[in-house]
Amino acid sequence: MSNLTATRPPGTVPAKAEPAWRPRRRFTSQHRTVLSPHQLNSRWGRRIYWLVLVSVVLLFTAIFVFPLYWMITGAMKTGEEFARIPPTYVPSRFSLDSYREAWTLMNLDRFLLNTLQYAAGAWAFALAFDVGAAYALSKLRPFFGNVILLGMLATLMIPPTVILLPAYLTVKDLPILNLDLLNTPWAIWLPAVANGFNIFLLKRFFDSIPTELLEAAQIDGASPLRVLLSVVLPVSRPILGVVSIFTVVNVWRDFAWPLLVLQDPEKMTISVGIASLRANMPQTTMTAALVIASIPTIVVFFIFQRHIMAGLTAGGLKG
Amino acid sequence: MTALQNRSRKTDGRRLGLVARRNITAYGFLSGALICFAFFSWYPMFREVVLSFQENNFVDPPVWVGFDNFTTVFKDPAFRSAWINTAVFTLLALLCGYLIPFVIALVLNELRHARGYLRFVVYLPVMLPPAVSVLLFKWFYDPGPGLFNQILELAHLPGLSWLDSRDTALISLVIVSTWMNLGSGTLIYLAALQSVPGELYEAAELDGAGVLRRIWHVTIPQTRLILLVMLLLQIIATMQVFIEPYLLTGGGPEDATISVVYLMYQYAFNFGNFGGGSALGLMLMLVLFVFSAAYLRLSRDNT
Repeated sequence: MSNLTATRPPGTVPAKAEPAWRPRRRFTSQHRTVLSPHQLNSRWGRRIYWLVLVSVVLLFTAIFVFPLYWMITGAMKTGEEFARIPPTYVPSRFSLDSYREAWTLMNLDRFLLNTLQYAAGAWAFALAFDVGAAYALSKLRPFFGNVILLGMLATLMIPPTVILLPAYLTVKDLPILNLDLLNTPWAIWLPAVANGFNIFLLKRFFDSIPTELLEAAQIDGASPLRVLLSVVLPVSRPILGVVSIFTVVNVWRDFAWPLLVLQDPEKMTISVGIASLRANMPQTTMTAALVIASIPTIVVFFIFQRHIMAGLTAGGLKG
Repeated sequence: MTALQNRSRKTDGRRLGLVARRNITAYGFLSGALICFAFFSWYPMFREVVLSFQENNFVDPPVWVGFDNFTTVFKDPAFRSAWINTAVFTLLALLCGYLIPFVIALVLNELRHARGYLRFVVYLPVMLPPAVSVLLFKWFYDPGPGLFNQILELAHLPGLSWLDSRDTALISLVIVSTWMNLGSGTLIYLAALQSVPGELYEAAELDGAGVLRRIWHVTIPQTRLILLVMLLLQIIATMQVFIEPYLLTGGGPEDATISVVYLMYQYAFNFGNFGGGSALGLMLMLVLFVFSAAYLRLSRDNT
């Protein structure tokens, strides 16, 4: 395997070294990785490569796709078939009864609409307030701006889970105003704004916009709001996309917080709602509900795949 | 002379006005976020400290009790279990959830085919809401018709009782947690691997380094920072484990899966003891604070 390596400069295997059996398509080296093109193009290199490729594809399909297949088809089985040992791998009928049942019995439309409302509101508030704050801190630079920035970034060190209880008490009885925000969308929307990571990402991006660009607009008589809307925002679209996706995805995935602050069955998010009904639903119906609950996120992922990947890698290291 | 002074005073006044106006607009833009941070981040942090030193039933005025809440919590037998479980869970989740994504990323980076499919498939579980993944695995863990025991049966192995046994319950939680989270780590590592300059591998190869040595001496040093940052993030994230014990085991059997956050939740919402819960929260906050500070230092030094 290694007899070809190390002796020749990369990428220049002489043509005559190529045995007749070798297929014409070769591994090219667009980006050099740990393995060298030589190793991959050697006889054993190829065999091992294909063996690894096929096993990885099969293994990944088994680990990551098969559970989903099991979930989708499990919900198509009758209760009797569902409990059968050994299980049937293909359901004997493709019926959507359980799905229909889950939809009507478990109030799923209510839960989905709630979650949509929470996510949309959180997105709107987080974007409006966090962009405003980051713009002020980055470009308008008021007195005590750095202190405020430090205070906001410091919250990154305190994960929201550890202040769950005092945050719950705050929402239950908002200081000064004495409002009870439990079971209202505000309990999701406003805490979503208090996200130090959003401020960090936005401020860092705004800092990289040249001041001359803004000054040119100011000389033309544009107000700070005008500058924000017509100069800063248009060039910030990538980071706005990342922040939007983080915010929406966080609301959609969150469990502990909505579990505490939205306990009214009419106000629950889809995750909490399904979890709250887990004890008193037949397993087939429950499984159908799980499938329905995962559809929106998967659809969103398909639409925004590129942005999500970009956000994951470029947007920072949030994970 | 006086005219000049007058003029300069005038411009001073105008500049002062400008500065004031700039500050007023700036605080206008800041106000929304400031209010939200004050109410939902800064005040709760302060309140957590206050609560953990008070006895408070939210009807009578609160009483300062010193370290009473802490001693109550210390005396609770579940306290020890919770910290040990959280530590073991974090450790195991690190072993699985930290190493596996890196190895997967290494392999995926070498493959020249089916890359899009494999990336998509690895990320698939991350797209499901965590509650869905956890409830799905609850069904898989069912000792009767559950998927896992059926697979063991196919392989002629004895079935396990998974969540119902002290020995396997915590491991079962680690498996779910790894399954549903490893996608994002894998993609982050993959991106990091793609930024390793290819010349380094060529140079190492010319020096006679085999595959493993190339990984050890080129790949790992080149991705060291991201590996370190992900390690800290993973510790911070897994120490807050809540949804898995809450939905799968309720902390049982015999406190074998109770976690610190879950115990905190129980104190507040099952026992109505917000003081004890806050004391737990405060302890966890201090522990996580160390890791977070390290993470912030690392990521700030390098951005």
